[in-house]
Amino acid sequence: MSTQLLLVQALNGLQFGVLLFLVAAGLTLVFGVMDFINLAHGVQYMLGAYLGASFAAWTGGFWAGLVLALPVALACGLVLEVLVFRHLYDRDHLSQVLATFGVILFLNQALRAIWGTAPLQVPMPELLTGGITLMPGLQYPVYRLAILGAGLATAGLLWLLVERTRVGALVRAGATNAPMVAALGVDIRRLFMLVFGFGAMLAGFAGVMAAPILSVEPGMGDTVLILAFVVIVIGGIGSVRGAFLAALLVGLIETLGRSLMPDLMRLFLAPSPARQAGAAIASMLVYIAMAAILAVRPQGLFPVRTG
Amino acid sequence: MRTRIRESALPLLVLALLAAAPFLGFGEGWAMTLLARAMILAMAAVSLSFILGGAGLISLGHAAMLGFGAYAVVILDDAGITEAAVVVPVAVAAAASFALLTGAVAIRTSGVHFIMITLAFGQMAFFTAASLAGYGGDDGYTLYSRTSLGGTRWLEDRLVFHYACLGLLVLSLLLCRMLLASRFGRVLRAAKESSLRVRAVGFDPYPYRLVAYGIAGGIAGLAGVMLANATEFVAPSYIAWQRSGDLLFMVILGGVGSLHGAVLGALAFVLVEEWLGHITEHWRLIFGPLLILAVLFLRGGLAGLPAQLLGARNRG
Amino acid sequence: MMTIGRRGVLGGVAAGVLAMPAIRARAQQQGVKIGLVAVQTGPQAALGTQLRDGFLLGVKHLDGKLGGLAVQVVDIDDELRPEVAVTKTRAALERDKVDFVVGVVFSNILQAIMRPVTETNTFLISTNAGPSTFAGRGCNPFFFTTSYNNDQVHSVMGQAAQDEGYKRVFIMVPNYQAGRDAVHGFKSRFKGEVVDEVYVPLNQLDFSAELARIAAAKPDALFTFMPGGLGVNLVRQYRQAGLANIPFLSTFTVDEATLPAQQDAALGFFSAAPWAPNMDNEQNRRFVRDFEAAHNYVPGSYAAQAYDGAMLLDSAIRRVKGNLADKQALRAALEAADFRSVRGNFKFGTNHYPVQDFWLCKVAKRPDGKFQTETVRKVLENNVDPFAAECRLR
Repeated sequence: MSTQLLLVQALNGLQFGVLLFLVAAGLTLVFGVMDFINLAHGVQYMLGAYLGASFAAWTGGFWAGLVLALPVALACGLVLEVLVFRHLYDRDHLSQVLATFGVILFLNQALRAIWGTAPLQVPMPELLTGGITLMPGLQYPVYRLAILGAGLATAGLLWLLVERTRVGALVRAGATNAPMVAALGVDIRRLFMLVFGFGAMLAGFAGVMAAPILSVEPGMGDTVLILAFVVIVIGGIGSVRGAFLAALLVGLIETLGRSLMPDLMRLFLAPSPARQAGAAIASMLVYIAMAAILAVRPQGLFPVRTG
Repeated sequence: MRTRIRESALPLLVLALLAAAPFLGFGEGWAMTLLARAMILAMAAVSLSFILGGAGLISLGHAAMLGFGAYAVVILDDAGITEAAVVVPVAVAAAASFALLTGAVAIRTSGVHFIMITLAFGQMAFFTAASLAGYGGDDGYTLYSRTSLGGTRWLEDRLVFHYACLGLLVLSLLLCRMLLASRFGRVLRAAKESSLRVRAVGFDPYPYRLVAYGIAGGIAGLAGVMLANATEFVAPSYIAWQRSGDLLFMVILGGVGSLHGAVLGALAFVLVEEWLGHITEHWRLIFGPLLILAVLFLRGGLAGLPAQLLGARNRG
Repeated sequence: MMTIGRRGVLGGVAAGVLAMPAIRARAQQQGVKIGLVAVQTGPQAALGTQLRDGFLLGVKHLDGKLGGLAVQVVDIDDELRPEVAVTKTRAALERDKVDFVVGVVFSNILQAIMRPVTETNTFLISTNAGPSTFAGRGCNPFFFTTSYNNDQVHSVMGQAAQDEGYKRVFIMVPNYQAGRDAVHGFKSRFKGEVVDEVYVPLNQLDFSAELARIAAAKPDALFTFMPGGLGVNLVRQYRQAGLANIPFLSTFTVDEATLPAQQDAALGFFSAAPWAPNMDNEQNRRFVRDFEAAHNYVPGSYAAQAYDGAMLLDSAIRRVKGNLADKQALRAALEAADFRSVRGNFKFGTNHYPVQDFWLCKVAKRPDGKFQTETVRKVLENNVDPFAAECRLR
C-alpha cells in the first residue's frame, strides 16, 4: 500500500471520526452532566437527516435545508425532554434504557409512517461538489473536506463553550458533581434542558451533514448510536475532549482497519480466506480496541470523575 | 409466612397457566410455537436477571451465550451428532466457557463500562458467526431434525417440546433462586450493595461474580439449544446486539429485583409484540409509548404490579 | 379484493390470541388465502414495499380474484429476522390457514421458512429470493420462484464484462453469503484478471477507504453487488470520488428501489436483470403504467416479479378449476406457467426456477425526470441456472 493511499485513508478516517464526534458530543454531555443514558440519541441523528432531506427538497437547496432542519431538530429534542426524559433523570440507568428504547421504537416507526420506507436523497450543495487534487493522481471530494472542516470547527466551538464560558463552567461542574451545583443555587433543570437540546441539535447537524453522502433510510441511527457509545466510553464519560479524541481514533480504526486488515492477513493465510477473515476481523476491530482499552483503563482514556 | 406465599403466588400461577396452556385453547401449532419462543427467551432472561438482580452485572452481550448454545447444535448437527446427551453438555460448556473467558476481563470493570465491554464481546461473537461460511454465514443454517433424546425423536412432538421448555424454565428458575439464597448468593448480593464492605469482611467479590456470570452463560446456552430446536434454524441475527437489548428489556420490564419478573417480562414482550403486530403494521407506535408508561408508572416492573395494586387499595 | 388485514379481520384475530377457540370455529370460506411475506421494518423495508405493491397490483388487475377465487392477503412482516419470520409464517399457516405463501425478499428469510411451509405441503412461491440451495440438490416439489437463481444474475454481469473485452476488473461485495455468491457467479463467466476482491461489512456507511483503493488500482471496470442502502451510499460516493469514468457493473445495486435516492449519481451505471421497466410488451406496459398511477414511483424487479407471481397463481388455480386440495394437479398447473409475463417469455425448468433471458441494463433518466433501468442488450438467452442438473425432481 502506497503512502498516498494511506494518507487518503487517514483523511477518510478522520472525516468519519468527526461525524461520529458530532453525535457522541451530545451523548457524552447528557450522560456526563445528567447521568442519563439516552438510547434515543441515534434517532435524533436520523431525524436530522430526514428533516434535512425534506427541507432541502421543499426549498430546493441544501443550505436552506440545513438552516431549517437545525431549529426543528432542537425543538424536537426539547419536546422529547419535556414529555419523557425529564421524568427519568432521577431514575436508575436501567429504567432510562428501557424508556428511551421505547422512544426509539416510536420515533423509528413514526418516521417510517411519515416518510415511507424508500431511502431519501439530499442534493449536494453546488459549492461543494467535485474533487480537489491533493496529490498527483489522487482526488479527494470537496464535500468530505467540508465535513472535516465543519466537524473540527464545531469541536473548537464546543471547546470554547465548555472551557471558556459560564455555562461551560456549570456544565463541567455538573459533570463532576451535579448535586453540588444544584446546591449552589443553579437552576439545574434549565441547565439540563439546555445541554439536552444542544446535544439533540448536534446530532441533528451530524445527520444533515451526512445526508448527501449517506443514504437517508429507516434504522440509520442504530449503527451510529452504538459507535457513538463506543466513542464516549473509550473517551471517558462526560469528557468532550475524550469524546473528540476517541471519535477520531474509532474513525481511524474503522477505516484503516478495513483497508489494511486483509493485506495483513495475507501474510498468514491464502489470499481468498485472508480477504474474508481480514474483513471479519476488521468489523470487530473497534470492539476489540474498546475491550482492550477498558481492560487496561476501566474508566476510559480521559475520566472526568475521580474517585 | 403469608407474605412468602403471596410472593410466590404470582410465579406459580403463571407457570401453572403455561402448563395448562395447550388445553386452554393454545394447543394449535402456531400458538405453541409462540409460547415455546416466549418460554425459551424467558429462560435466557432469568439467567440474565440472576446476574443483573443478584450481582448488578448489566450485560448487553447475553445473546452471545444464547448464540453459543444454538451454534453448538448447528456445528454438531453438521458433524452428524444430534443426541441430546452430547449436544446439551457441549452447548452448555461452550456458552459457560465463553462467559468465563470474557467475564474474566469484563468483570474488572463496572457500571456502563461493563455494559459496553459485554457489548463488545457480543459483537465479536456476532461477526465470528457471520463469517462461518461453512455453517451458512449470514444466511444461517437450517436444521433438518431436532435434537434426539436417547435416540428417540420425542422433541419433534409439540406437546413434549412445550413441556421440555417449561421444565427447563422451571429448573433454571429454581437453580437461580437456590443459588441466590445460598451463602454464595448472599456474598453476591452484599457485594452488589457495597463492594467495599464485602472486601472489608475479607471476601473478594471477583471470583463470586465470575462464577455467577459463567452459570448464567451456561443457562443461556441451554436456552440457545432450545431456541435452535424451536425454530429449526440458526442465524447470526440471534446474536445481534439488538437481541441482547431485547433480553435486557424483558428483565427490566418484568422487574429487576425478582427472578420470576424476567418470566413475566419475556411473556409480556413476546405476546404483546405478537398481539399488537396483528392490530396494525405500525404497532411500534403503540408498543414504544407502552414501554415508556411502564417505566414511569410500574416502578417495580410487572412483578411488582400486584403489590402496587394492593398497596394502592390499602392506601385508598 | 379483501385484504385481510390491519384493523379489520386481523384485529379480530388479535383478540383471538386471547380467545382461541372462537377463531378455530370460524368456517373455512370459499376463496384463496395468500400469506405475503415482505420485509416492512428497517433499512430494507423499501424492497418489501415494492414486492407487496407489485403483488397487490396483480391481484387488482385480476379483479381481486386468483383463478376465479376471491383473494385474502395476510401480510407478514418478516422484520428481516429469521426467527420472527418462522413464528409469523407458522401462525399464518396454522391459524389463518393460508393456501400459498408468496413473496420473500431475502434468501436468509426464505431458508428459514422453507421447512415450516413445505412440510405442511403448502406451495411456497418466492418472488425474489432465489438461493442456490434450493436450485440443485435441495430443490423442493413445493417450492417455485418467479425470479431467478441469484448466481445467474451475477454471471450475466461476468458475461457482459467478458463481451465488452474488459481485462482487469475490481470486485467489491458485502462480506456475507450472498456477497460471496456474487463473486462466484461473476467469476464463472468472466475470464480476465480480477485485480482485487474487497469484502466490506454489511452495515458499512462509508466507502471512502475502498474507493481510494479502486482509484489506485485503475481497473477497466468495477463489479459490485450492494443491495439497498449500501448501494445508495456507494453509488453517490463513487460519483463524488470522480470514479464514474470507470464502468460501474453491478447487480441489485442500481434498481428502481434505490434510484429515487441515487438519481443523477447513478446515470449510465450498469446492472443485469431478466426484466426492466422499459420492456416493450403489452403486459409490461400495462403493469408499469398502472403501477405508477397507483403508487407514484417506478416499479422495480421486486414489484415486477411479484406481479408475475400473482399471474402465475391465477393461471394455476384456473387450470385446476379452484380445487386447491389436489396438490399433484396444482403442482402440474404451476409448472405449466401458463401466463403472460411482464418479461415476455417465461417458463420453469425442472427445478422450478425460471428459464429466461437476461439483459444488460443501464440507468437512464426519463423525460418526466424519473429514473429507471433500461435494457441495453440481451446477454444470455433461455438461460438455465447452473444447479438445475443436480435437482432430482423429475
